[in-house]
Amino acid sequence: MASLTINGRQYELDVPDTMPLLWVIRDVVGMKGTKFGCGMAQCGACTVHIDGVATRSCVTPVSAVSGEVKTIEAMADDALGKRVQQAWLDLGVAQCGYCQGGQIMNATGLLKNNPSPSSQEIIDAMAGNLCRCGTYNRILAAVERVVSEEASS
Amino acid sequence: MSHSNDTLMLANVSRRGLLKGMAGASALVLAARWDAGFANEQAQFGAGAMPGGWVDNPNVFIRIDSDGIVTFINNRAEMGQGIRTSLAMVAADELGADWDQVQVEQAPADQEKYGNQNTDGSRSMRHWYQPIRRAGAAARQMLEQAAANQWGVPASEIRTGVHKVVHVPSGRELSFGELAGAARELEVPGRNALTLKQDSELRFIGKESGWVNGELTSAYPRALDGEDIVTGRAVFGADVELDGMLYAVVARPPVYGAGITSVDDSAALEVPGVEKVIRIDTADQPAAFNPLGGVAVVATNTWAAMEGRKALKVQWDLSPAGDNASYTSESYRAALEETAQSPGKVIRQSGDVEAALSNAANVVEATYYMPHMAQAPMEPPVAVVRVQNGKAEAWAPVQNPGATRGGIAGILGIDAENVTVHQTLLGGGFGRKSKPDFVSEAARLAKEFEGRPVKLQWSREDDVQHAYFHAVSVDHLKAGLDDQGKATGWLHRTLSPSIASLFAPDPEHKGEFELGMGFNTMPFSIPSIRLENPPASAHVRIGWFRSVYNLPHAWAIQSFAHEMAVAAGRDHRDYVLELLGPGRKVHNLTVGDGWNYGEDPDLYPIDTARMRRVIERATEEAGWGRELPDGRGLGLAFHQSFASYTAIVFEVEVDDSGELTIHRADIAFDCGPQANPERIRSQMEGACVMGIGIALKSEVTFENGVATQSNFHDYLLPRMPDAPKVVRVHLIDNPGDAMGGVGEPGLPPVAPALCNAIHAATGKRIRRLPVADQLTS
Repeated sequence: MASLTINGRQYELDVPDTMPLLWVIRDVVGMKGTKFGCGMAQCGACTVHIDGVATRSCVTPVSAVSGEVKTIEAMADDALGKRVQQAWLDLGVAQCGYCQGGQIMNATGLLKNNPSPSSQEIIDAMAGNLCRCGTYNRILAAVERVVSEEASS
Repeated sequence: MSHSNDTLMLANVSRRGLLKGMAGASALVLAARWDAGFANEQAQFGAGAMPGGWVDNPNVFIRIDSDGIVTFINNRAEMGQGIRTSLAMVAADELGADWDQVQVEQAPADQEKYGNQNTDGSRSMRHWYQPIRRAGAAARQMLEQAAANQWGVPASEIRTGVHKVVHVPSGRELSFGELAGAARELEVPGRNALTLKQDSELRFIGKESGWVNGELTSAYPRALDGEDIVTGRAVFGADVELDGMLYAVVARPPVYGAGITSVDDSAALEVPGVEKVIRIDTADQPAAFNPLGGVAVVATNTWAAMEGRKALKVQWDLSPAGDNASYTSESYRAALEETAQSPGKVIRQSGDVEAALSNAANVVEATYYMPHMAQAPMEPPVAVVRVQNGKAEAWAPVQNPGATRGGIAGILGIDAENVTVHQTLLGGGFGRKSKPDFVSEAARLAKEFEGRPVKLQWSREDDVQHAYFHAVSVDHLKAGLDDQGKATGWLHRTLSPSIASLFAPDPEHKGEFELGMGFNTMPFSIPSIRLENPPASAHVRIGWFRSVYNLPHAWAIQSFAHEMAVAAGRDHRDYVLELLGPGRKVHNLTVGDGWNYGEDPDLYPIDTARMRRVIERATEEAGWGRELPDGRGLGLAFHQSFASYTAIVFEVEVDDSGELTIHRADIAFDCGPQANPERIRSQMEGACVMGIGIALKSEVTFENGVATQSNFHDYLLPRMPDAPKVVRVHLIDNPGDAMGGVGEPGLPPVAPALCNAIHAATGKRIRRLPVADQLTS
């Protein structure tokens, strides 16, 4: 039995302790914004926040989750997450879009902990998130746009 | 687009009641399709030679409902190229629709109704642009006529504004929604009565918007799937969930063609959630789009299925795999390099290459290698299928819904009419999802669970190890230069297994559609030329990978032209412009290319003036010839593919430890008329990054028939630190030529341009991809 708070809602779930949070979210809770890409924390498509920290849900056993989980579905209700999403739209970042939920979660997680990262800090923080369409230049520009908007607001 | 618009047929299908269930009673639905002549022309120009189908017969549907919503019914796969938005934008612009009232509906697989839906070969906009514009224009004129009838005024006094029709003298207005019901009762204008908008009247087509080379210009109208993507609501194949659904994974034979000796599934069946273990027969070789076979574990969730698979004990029978089980890519590379030393099948010949080489003042010779690669879309193959009462329904991220439908019908032994395929968004395609083997696999499993949907999920390991691999290639080149450094002879031998090996006994030579991808279309003007294709056989599944055989051909030819320039002591740009000679239009058949991407050579010649123009633009923008600090270099490459022209210049830096930094990429691109420049730019930027991965990192090797790599820790893809610090895309304004492709042509010149830049920076020549640790070792 796992007890989880996801996007503000409480869940009591009958799942094995070892089941990764990713599959709990996708197959058991039924929320599909968090994606499967590799299963070994190599691509970042499965990124969620646990107590605000970007975490790879595909290698996080559900029994190890003690904090509050937020997924991409909750970002529109998060002031910073919403700004990151808008920057993604303004710059036309997404191509296929499959990895972009994870990219947004990772970028938002970065900005929650460091509101004014340098370009190099953004690149370092985003290096674990793969995009096969190759949208990295726009991702970087979108994160920088949020940073500069925050600085001027 | 090679076909005359004279045979485009427009129909008011709402009036004729042809489309039951497609529209409400008061909606106008227009259809546009070409007659059979279009397909026949494509076949005549080589399209029929491509396995898996290429010939198009685009059918277009636009619907206007009484609430004013305009729906574009899209029959192309959306895999990141933005085609749903771009095609709808073309329709909306010609129609005069308010973009906020436009939506897109994905067509189910139905070749009869929607035409060929196979989305590959960079041809969606190239083949759909004109029928969509004409359908849009016809709908607009029908709305205008409906308004004229209602007001009792001549149609000449009517103008269309944004989403409304205006009577100019009186200022009266009617909205599209108010007119749809009346318009559906009208005849479609004859083709000679159609009036397309002037360029000055267009709002979207050809207009720059959004992010342009680091600057946010005017707002991009709206990516139709953008909001869903950033909020996590977009539905990819992996996201389909149905009541009572089961989840499956498959343990596949490690070697292509291997079977099963024995299965011990006792531990797997003990895993909580596992419901059933099913053996799938190994497909006969060549496997085409059939499942590879193996052992499936079906469970109540994906994780349980994966855990169950881990607990399986399978003894594989390697004997049916034949010599695939001894395939080792490193020794195969050596064997191909050996074969490349001897003459092969002659593909193109002019002059006397032997004499040119033996009389040359200087002979340049080099051999290039490109490894196997997996397409590795971020969404691994996945499909949901439900089989019930002799019918099947599938939801899947497929590039080729028609082949998907046929594959399901085949494996279930039912008629295709009893198969429905819903095409979801694709989490990347890159050619992998043009092969629907994974959907047939899901259908095979769903057959065991009457009425219950089964989702088949491929893991990343499955994807990397059982891809339809990009073929390995060896290209051997030899050139004779005179004492001025001028090229007198060019010998090129290209060796790769053919994609045709998927569908028929291995031909051991590349087919027309493979050689035509930049090999026999080599554009240099050299007195003596001989192009040969020695044999190479396939030992794994070989398949399309974005840009396909243009990748090795451009890699070898563009690297070698640089080697010749260096040997001649000449500037690379000046040298390739001289090799190209004055601008000229080459008919594909004169260089032995019966393919030409299925296009009429009169409209789509191989145009060296366009090559010159992209080279000149990219080098100018990059500041070619400027002084650079030690350790920095500029590298150039260009290539024509899918009826478009690309040139790239990279500026790189390699430090003393061998660390590479890509400071900048300048990409010049000419696809003729541009429908949606914003997405053209994004395709070029993405291709640049993907090409950097091909150059620097990505390789699948085989030992005894088994792929060595398995996931992103050892099958390496480009990451953000690998991207150029600056990417600038320079679109050539060229509305006068015929429209070319966009999705693939950006990729082929990337690797050679990057390696030429590395040479300029370091003097180190890369002839084997990926670069990997060659700069540090």
